[in-house]
Amino acid sequence: MNRLHLALLLLIGCIAALPWFGGPYALRLGTTACLYATLALSWNVVGGFAGYPSFATAAFFGFGAYATGVLLTLGLPLSLSILLSLLAALLLAGLLGAVLLRLRGHYFAIASLSLVEVLRELVNNATDLTGGGMGLNIPLAAGSGILADAVFFFYAMWAVLLATALMVIGVSMSKLGFGLACIRQNETAAGMIGLNATLYKSLAFGLSACFVSAAGGLYAAWVHYIDPSDVFDILYSVKPIVMALMGGIGSPLGVACGALVYLGLEEVVWRHYIQIHSGVLGLLIVVLLLCLPHGLLSLRLGALWRRARHV
Amino acid sequence: MLTAQLLINALVLGCLYACIAIGFSLVWGVLNVINLIHGSFIVLGAYLAFGLYQWLAIPPWYAWVVAAPLFFIVGYGLQRLLLNRVITAPVLVTLTLTFGLDLILNNAMIYAFKADYRKLTLRPPLGSLSLFGVVVPVDRLIATGLALALTGVLYWLLRRSRVGRAIVAVRLDRDAAVLMGVNVKSIYATAFGLGAALAGCAGVLMALIFPISALTSSSYLGKAFVVCVLGGLGSVSGALAGGLLLALVEGIGSATIGPSHATTLSFALLIVFLIVRPQGLLGRKGFE
Repeated sequence: MNRLHLALLLLIGCIAALPWFGGPYALRLGTTACLYATLALSWNVVGGFAGYPSFATAAFFGFGAYATGVLLTLGLPLSLSILLSLLAALLLAGLLGAVLLRLRGHYFAIASLSLVEVLRELVNNATDLTGGGMGLNIPLAAGSGILADAVFFFYAMWAVLLATALMVIGVSMSKLGFGLACIRQNETAAGMIGLNATLYKSLAFGLSACFVSAAGGLYAAWVHYIDPSDVFDILYSVKPIVMALMGGIGSPLGVACGALVYLGLEEVVWRHYIQIHSGVLGLLIVVLLLCLPHGLLSLRLGALWRRARHV
Repeated sequence: MLTAQLLINALVLGCLYACIAIGFSLVWGVLNVINLIHGSFIVLGAYLAFGLYQWLAIPPWYAWVVAAPLFFIVGYGLQRLLLNRVITAPVLVTLTLTFGLDLILNNAMIYAFKADYRKLTLRPPLGSLSLFGVVVPVDRLIATGLALALTGVLYWLLRRSRVGRAIVAVRLDRDAAVLMGVNVKSIYATAFGLGAALAGCAGVLMALIFPISALTSSSYLGKAFVVCVLGGLGSVSGALAGGLLLALVEGIGSATIGPSHATTLSFALLIVFLIVRPQGLLGRKGFE
């Protein structure tokens, strides 16, 4: 575990202190921050470590939301529902990964984008189970007051974030992380030296999906109402990528910081330019890609750091 | 009789799908960029046709004369100013960049034209043609004819013209094309401009048939994805084959298991094709 990993855990620890300082608005923002950081860190396993441009985040987010939603309406407790949807996503993504990750570059990007469409349409058409386009109402948890609920969901989402961060740190320190780096640099060569690329990629895809699914499940329980166009929104796939690009792809700390910065920007844009918020997001993406291709952290701070060290 | 109707419908729709997809396919094949702004260009073209008919009474079958050069200039400029800067970057960067551009254009359209669905209604309506019990609306027939003409023009351009040969050369081997004195940056911009012009013209044709709204852009884009992967990248004949296959599958799927499953079916087909035959029906192997 190196200094950057410790800094990541420290950052997450700081987020946990939020309920002591902020009101309900801060709690809502904090929950969203944990959600975004979870999505971005999870994406980083496939997109950053293994270098596969995955647009499947929204697919597993929606999958988790609907799996948990359906299980909750069947009367299962929240913790069990979340756990089940996490395991189901792990299994589903592992299996899908073994097939989809044989594709490279553009083909993989298109296939992962289509996965979102396929799942959304399936949920849309399975009206008996999911309510189809009318959406799904999720029963309220045994209400102990609005504020207590908000605190509960904040800590639940925070726990998912912590688990994700530990998973990411674990992956980057293990043989799996090393293997994924090999795959990113040269997959053919990695295969030549006896690395089981298919297994590694499936594992990475599964791990990157399971916490996204858990976060989706918590989101569903948190907002009490989901519909297919909301949770299978392709923006859930793109936002984590933008966050990762902001922070610098590959570095968990950078990605987590990117998520926080992104949330701040999004909040400001939502508040002031509600009519054109997606246009502003687009502009942000374009400027970011053209002017800061390696993210916020790597540019100035990196140079300063190096200079300081040499002195 | 139902079968004949099904086939005719598939044929008409297939040509339109091909027309939606050829611009996308050209850009993907030549520039190696998945151009996510394509769907919004189509919708913008449809709005252009709508406006021209509403205010200047120019019918859509003439509107493409205006649309093609306009969209070419926009596409050329976009590629020259923005996309050429990141053209060598990994897939993720170019894809995300075009996604950002698409967000901007789409939001601008919703802001300017509102999210209401509009429909270009011809006065007087053209009615429909009935032949041996098979019914085809005349506006669809016109759109199909124009779509085929457009496809033919692109085919001729790529086969016969000097610019077209240069585009094909860059697609086949970029470095060799540079050595032969082809200005790759300008060819990239030309190809992107052509893709945009084709999208704009496709939009003009769509305005004849479908309701117009910025919200439909993603479904056009989805069709373009599927057609490209089914037919094979970068070739005009591939786009035609893919469009026809997609229309046929959707038609048969709607008739047998219900229209609500048509989209699922087409995307499932896309994933199967990606895995089993990534080069498409008519494509050549070895393109990444």
